[in-house]
Amino acid sequence: MAIEIQPERLQEPGGREPSDLPRTRPWWARPAVHTGLLGAVIGYLFGHWLGNFIGGGYRQAVLGDQNDLAIVLGYVFGTIGWLAGLGIFNDLGRFLAGKPFPEVTHEPAGGLARYFRFTLDHKVVGIQYLVGMIIYFLTGGLFAMAIRTELLSPASHVLGPGVYLEVVGEHGTMMMMMMSSVVLGPFGQYLAPLMIGSKRMAFPRLEALGFWLTPAAFVILLSAVLWGGFPTGWTGYADLSVQATQGMDAYLVAFGLMGISMILAGFNIIATIICYRAPGMRWSRLPIFVWSMFTVSFLQVLAAPVLVAGFYMTITDRTVQTAFFTPDLGGSTYLYEDLFWFFGHPEVYILALPGFGIVSEILPVFCRRPLFGYKVGAAGMFGVAILSFFVWQHHLFDSGIDPDMRPLFMLTTELISIPTGFIYLTAMGTFWKAKIRLTVPMLFALGMYFNFLIGGISGVFLSDVPADTTAHGSFFVMAHFHYTIMGGLMFAFMAGLYYWLPKMTGIRLNERLGKIQFWTMFIFFNSTFLPLFALGNMGMPRRVFEYARNLQTLNDWVSVSAFCLGGSILIFLINVVWSTVIARVPETGNPWNSRGLEWQVSSPPPPENFARIPVVLSGPYEYGVKNALPVADLNPPPGLIASALASSGTEA
Amino acid sequence: MAAATEAGAAAGRPEPRHGVRIAVIWLVLAVAADLVIWFVWGPHMPPGNMSTSAADQQFDFNVLSVIAAPVMLAVFIYFGYALTMWRQRPGDEEDGPGHLRGEARVQAAWIIVTSAIVLGLAGFGTYELIAPAGAGAGEGPQPIWKPAGVNTSSLTSWVPNTKNILQVQVIAQQWLFTYRYPQFGGMETTQLELPVGQPVEFHVTSLDVIHSFWAIQLGVKADANPFLDNVAYTTPEHTGGFTVRCDELCGIWHGAMYNYGSVVPVTAFQSWVKATETRLAALTKTLPPFALVYTPNEISGLAKFYYQAGLPGAGGQYYGPQDPEQP
Repeated sequence: MAIEIQPERLQEPGGREPSDLPRTRPWWARPAVHTGLLGAVIGYLFGHWLGNFIGGGYRQAVLGDQNDLAIVLGYVFGTIGWLAGLGIFNDLGRFLAGKPFPEVTHEPAGGLARYFRFTLDHKVVGIQYLVGMIIYFLTGGLFAMAIRTELLSPASHVLGPGVYLEVVGEHGTMMMMMMSSVVLGPFGQYLAPLMIGSKRMAFPRLEALGFWLTPAAFVILLSAVLWGGFPTGWTGYADLSVQATQGMDAYLVAFGLMGISMILAGFNIIATIICYRAPGMRWSRLPIFVWSMFTVSFLQVLAAPVLVAGFYMTITDRTVQTAFFTPDLGGSTYLYEDLFWFFGHPEVYILALPGFGIVSEILPVFCRRPLFGYKVGAAGMFGVAILSFFVWQHHLFDSGIDPDMRPLFMLTTELISIPTGFIYLTAMGTFWKAKIRLTVPMLFALGMYFNFLIGGISGVFLSDVPADTTAHGSFFVMAHFHYTIMGGLMFAFMAGLYYWLPKMTGIRLNERLGKIQFWTMFIFFNSTFLPLFALGNMGMPRRVFEYARNLQTLNDWVSVSAFCLGGSILIFLINVVWSTVIARVPETGNPWNSRGLEWQVSSPPPPENFARIPVVLSGPYEYGVKNALPVADLNPPPGLIASALASSGTEA
Repeated sequence: MAAATEAGAAAGRPEPRHGVRIAVIWLVLAVAADLVIWFVWGPHMPPGNMSTSAADQQFDFNVLSVIAAPVMLAVFIYFGYALTMWRQRPGDEEDGPGHLRGEARVQAAWIIVTSAIVLGLAGFGTYELIAPAGAGAGEGPQPIWKPAGVNTSSLTSWVPNTKNILQVQVIAQQWLFTYRYPQFGGMETTQLELPVGQPVEFHVTSLDVIHSFWAIQLGVKADANPFLDNVAYTTPEHTGGFTVRCDELCGIWHGAMYNYGSVVPVTAFQSWVKATETRLAALTKTLPPFALVYTPNEISGLAKFYYQAGLPGAGGQYYGPQDPEQP
């Protein structure tokens, strides 16, 4: 098979003389974060000047005297300056000028500095993503704490409605846009090549670009606070967004940049998984986690462009006075709602599917049994991914949109629970007569199954139009998607972190602290979000700073639980810092006794991942199967692949 | 679930019949849970039974809960059983059994059972949407599901217990709701009163951004879109008060955008509406004529008039410069 042979040929170094490569400069002259920041400042100032130069005539002075065009162009050019300062366009420039550029995609080991640079090594990018995502998650979490503080009392206010609205918008947007990469970023980028037996990603520059857009998006989103925030929450509905002040521009540019980052990451993962699998890594042997990354990448590539387009239209509405979403000028607010949710519903599966992948990957290892219904599990992910494009109008059941389609969208929404249910089928089948090991990753995986079931079943209530008429837009919905994202995705993320951090760093996390973190997180998560179902049904809409007096007891309970949940995240942070900085207990082998290909190399993996391209001999989940072959031959005889290539007549 | 356990038991080992045990535990707990949900919890399930649409929503919640509880219990009981019975014994480093027989059958059974449940729910939901006239949800400008036996024969008068349905227009703006009664001279009030036992046709619209009219205990929710008429139906069946809240984020005072309404006997409604029509006659004259949607510019100039005259109506009252941006 040509496609299985290809990697070895492509992965040879460029064949150029080392002397052709750019010479090594002192650290301060090499592009890194500090030059990126310099570029960002220059770019912002240039963009701001440009916006005022060309758009000074149609400034929109609602509450500030700033021209929206200047703000948007400032952010855009600031981002370009940031990327240029990081040296992301250098290789492109060399390529266009006909000069040699590096094709080696591995960073030599050692040195913290490489984590602050544009790099082509997927393992470095994975770690960058991991640290970045944890920072973004903690930032979003702090906003959540502020929300719960405000909701301690129905009438007396800590933040007041204005700041509260800013905080709600920042929390929602930070979590939804950043956490879309919380698994695909760190684990997808780091592990997908290792799991399919590749030495590299298909497009390492796109991969790094995808990461370096996230700090820009993060800073721009936070900068909305300087303009008084944005009033729309994470959904950014027109024409509240057209009415809003300059903070809205920050939201639009930041979320748009994240959309571009998602598209880039998606293309890269798809190309890598299709083209860079080692010989013998058939589709039927692909780890289920890689399947989830594959399906999520398709979702990102197909859904995120719609988001970017919708935001581009909102930006032109706000800056150059187009009227896509302004009804009295012939636009339609439904157009925005449709565009947003056409992205927005696949987006929630972009958040859910990686979680399915992680728990399904971990379960067989700690059950010591083959993954039950592997093919059904993979097909289920595809089913979810495809169906997710046909359900978006269930967000608009009460909106006054044409009701003819309502039964159809009710049907598609309920159908999606069939492929989603397959992850429970695989889990329950794997449990049958297993030998379950309750390690920390396994506990988190079990927590994910518990929480996601509640989240998923409450979704069936929301798909039913009559029940949704009460639940829509209330805390019921809020509880529902926190159960799927916080209870599903973040528990799976924790499972993945405890499972794979020894792989990525060669250091194991403290197990006792891990168990304490799991139990506090599990208990306080449920204690925080379960009462929200009741609150929603009793008439508490989302995003309100005031609520009925009789709901105070439940709200206070929720707030206190939420603070405790924040405390359990603090335990997580302490564990990570303690284990990786202070204690540093080495874990170089295969602590879980896993058959995964990524565990067959040392921890952390060597710079080139595999000394030779491995030949995959059997599936990754053959635990307890008699006469199962080892998962791969890591040291195939030299010339094996070349001779296979010659005999199959596909010599390129 | 039962299918999963049966096939496992069919693998035939001299061990306890795990499938039977799980099924028995599940059956007992599921029946108990369903009885509690239906008879103890169900009658108190929000949004109550104040109107036909609220009662329908309550019924749907109860039916869905009765189906959901056994499904969730099945998974939880299975997980709990597995974690109790199939834990790794200390010192046992052996792997578990490999592939077992009957796996394909279990998968097929699972797919059939879940598909049957899901398709049944979709059919149930569709019936419950169409039969009770859109279930209280906003149906847009051209509603296709209407209450049986009513129509709009007159936009200028209303008599109880006729085919002529009572119309109430809900006008949302930043940040309050007002209500116009076209059949009573087009008067606009800040107070929503409805007669018991009479079908109501809400016309929900907005003067600025998207809001959502949520009459919580009435079981009505319809987005208020600018330049769009969103129709929803219900029939109040019990007298009492209800809360109206804005359910779509509409800016800084979204959380404070609520008021109260009441369902009163027909005679009380008629005397209230007559008295209010008379009291607000001067105000009604200054309003733009009743229409399904309004251009905000036409009435925004009214705000000054309202403030100066100290009138209780609210039509066209924007959140003006006299109000602080932040409290």
